[in-house]
Amino acid sequence: MELLQASQAIWGARWPIVEGIGNTLFISMISILVGTILGVMVGLLLTYGNKFVRFFVRVYSDFLRGTPVFVLILACFYILSVIGIQLTAIQAGIFALTLFCSSHVGEIVRGALQAIPRGQTEAAKSVGLTFRTTFFSVLLPQALRQILPTWVNTATEIVKASTLLSIIGVVELLLSVQQVISRTYLSLELYFFAGLMFFLINFTIEKIGRFVERKVAIPT
Amino acid sequence: MSAPVLEITNLHKRFGDLEVLKGIDLTMHKGDVVSLIGSSGSGKTTLLRCVNLLEQYEDGVVSISGEQIGYTIKNGKRILLPEKQIARQRAMTGMAFQHFNLFPHMTAIRNVMLGLVKTRGMDKDQAHSTAEQWLQRVGMHERRNHFPGQLSGGQQQRVAIARAIAMNPQLMLFDEVTSALDPELVNEVLSVVRDLANDGMTMLLVTHEMQFAHDVSSKIIFMQDGTIGEEGPPEQLFRHPKSERLAEFLKSSKF
Repeated sequence: MELLQASQAIWGARWPIVEGIGNTLFISMISILVGTILGVMVGLLLTYGNKFVRFFVRVYSDFLRGTPVFVLILACFYILSVIGIQLTAIQAGIFALTLFCSSHVGEIVRGALQAIPRGQTEAAKSVGLTFRTTFFSVLLPQALRQILPTWVNTATEIVKASTLLSIIGVVELLLSVQQVISRTYLSLELYFFAGLMFFLINFTIEKIGRFVERKVAIPT
Repeated sequence: MSAPVLEITNLHKRFGDLEVLKGIDLTMHKGDVVSLIGSSGSGKTTLLRCVNLLEQYEDGVVSISGEQIGYTIKNGKRILLPEKQIARQRAMTGMAFQHFNLFPHMTAIRNVMLGLVKTRGMDKDQAHSTAEQWLQRVGMHERRNHFPGQLSGGQQQRVAIARAIAMNPQLMLFDEVTSALDPELVNEVLSVVRDLANDGMTMLLVTHEMQFAHDVSSKIIFMQDGTIGEEGPPEQLFRHPKSERLAEFLKSSKF
């Protein structure tokens, strides 16, 4: 009986919920995309930068990884406005998640590049390749394969972390469901529904990741 | 008379406090096959790696066909050349490594093609046919579309040699190319190297295969503590070693 009620409640609020899902997907996608691009740069600087550059990027990365995402989100929303940068809640949230993502991807990229045996670079040099060509033809293709599983994991972390944006008033999936709960008091059923939605999003990401992994696997 | 293919004068190289090359002189002409022998830590491999600047060195000159490799003198100071020039100079030599170092994400033929396309500027078709030719030569044509992980050690090394030689280098460097191989795979690689030597390729080898060095070399260099301990034609060096150290070394190498 309550299941029916819950279904009716969800159906009745379907448009706000769809909008919430849309927001979750939008926020996650932008954060993952921009965070990954930034993260590749962070990884490159950590691996190939000079001492000076490495030090600053290392501080950036360690600081972001050592800070709870929650704190990061609050900081981006409240502190930035104090110093005169006015971001909307959704902008601040995307900014925080992007920073978070970039520091994690940066470490993954660094690890993957450093795991490639030195002989690969030497072999590339010995046939006259410049660093640029070596990087794009030899190192990056190997690093990307190595990165993929961990990167997928980071992507799902970002989706989950996006729920924290509800705290600064971004109506993403969780908050849109909570709004239905506050009208209907069907907390168990609706939280279950929200959990299921998140699971489906992340399950899809993981499935796609696995598929790509298989596609690009090096035959042995 | 044209410049020697390789001319090394007074080469010094240190790793921190340790001086590993203490003034090496070596001249090679077209068609020469020189083998570096000696116990590990004597500086053989380092010497080889200085020739294509995989190791930078502190003093001395390495020239290939009259062109100084890696450095130039500016205002009386010795400075490293820009990366692009070094890359071009490296392609004057080809190198085969102990651990093959094939690119694992590329098929055999794409391994060979990479340098041809990116460094030599060949178009894909031309590079493909050149690569096929050389894979044929090392007996790997049938497996040209296999990935390194699908090949045996000996097969990988033959592809690696094809990759180096397809670049048409003036000098081939072989760094212990059979040391990482199972005993039964050594011969297939040595016969490829022998074949190239017979073809008149100029080669500098580091090897522990004494019989092989004896058979293919025009000159043997016995390295000893970062210096050239003894050098000469193989017959003389192997049959009539002058120094106690070399005699000892040859005995322990079961020659």
